[in-house]
Amino acid sequence: MSEDQERVSIVLFSGELDKAMAAFIIATGAAATGMRVDMFFTFWGMSVLRKKGVKVEGKSLIEKMFGWMLPKGADRLALSKMHMAGMGTMMMKNVMKQKRVASLPELIEIAKQLGVNLHACEMSMGVMGIRREELLDEVKDIVGVATYVDDASRSKITLFI
Amino acid sequence: MDNIDQIVDARGLACPMPIVKLSQAMTGMEVGQTVEVTATDHSFVPDIEAWCRKTGHQLIEVNEAEEEIKAYVKKTK
Repeated sequence: MSEDQERVSIVLFSGELDKAMAAFIIATGAAATGMRVDMFFTFWGMSVLRKKGVKVEGKSLIEKMFGWMLPKGADRLALSKMHMAGMGTMMMKNVMKQKRVASLPELIEIAKQLGVNLHACEMSMGVMGIRREELLDEVKDIVGVATYVDDASRSKITLFI
Repeated sequence: MDNIDQIVDARGLACPMPIVKLSQAMTGMEVGQTVEVTATDHSFVPDIEAWCRKTGHQLIEVNEAEEEIKAYVKKTK
């Protein structure tokens, strides 16, 4: 990766399917155009990075509650509108499949193939009691705001979704 | 169109997959080689122009028909 390569940095703050898909479509599109892409996941966006079926011992009650209430991974997110207790999201996923729109897990896999860097927010992990082993292996590192600011200041495009 | 070195079939695929597939095909090609991309997503027409402008690869030709779009891109670097 050369120093003069154009860069994009994207913050994914939201934990909803539609917004996460928008973030990954832009990320993969930019990477396919030869740009270096860094995605920063924070707060509700952390749900996208959750790995399925990982049990961690020694969590406090509040940390456990976060674990139960937050979506358990990229294929469990709900739409930001018209979720309708799951019906709307299910219908939307079916329509997208028919129209051959890549699913969120597929987009994450493509992002990985294209070398998109995924960064997790330390502070959000602390608040929600999320441990490194609960996150996808693709996550490059766990960082703070200074890493984002440094990255964004060298990016041509920066987005907060 | 003669001298096609690589073919990318992106028919039926939605954004961003046509350019993702094109980009992946490009990495395996030599400079000077030409790829033919077929897509049915009509946003591929403005997108292939933008993609070539941004990446610097040469857009040789775009043929847009009702049912599918064919684009020819030469790898320049």
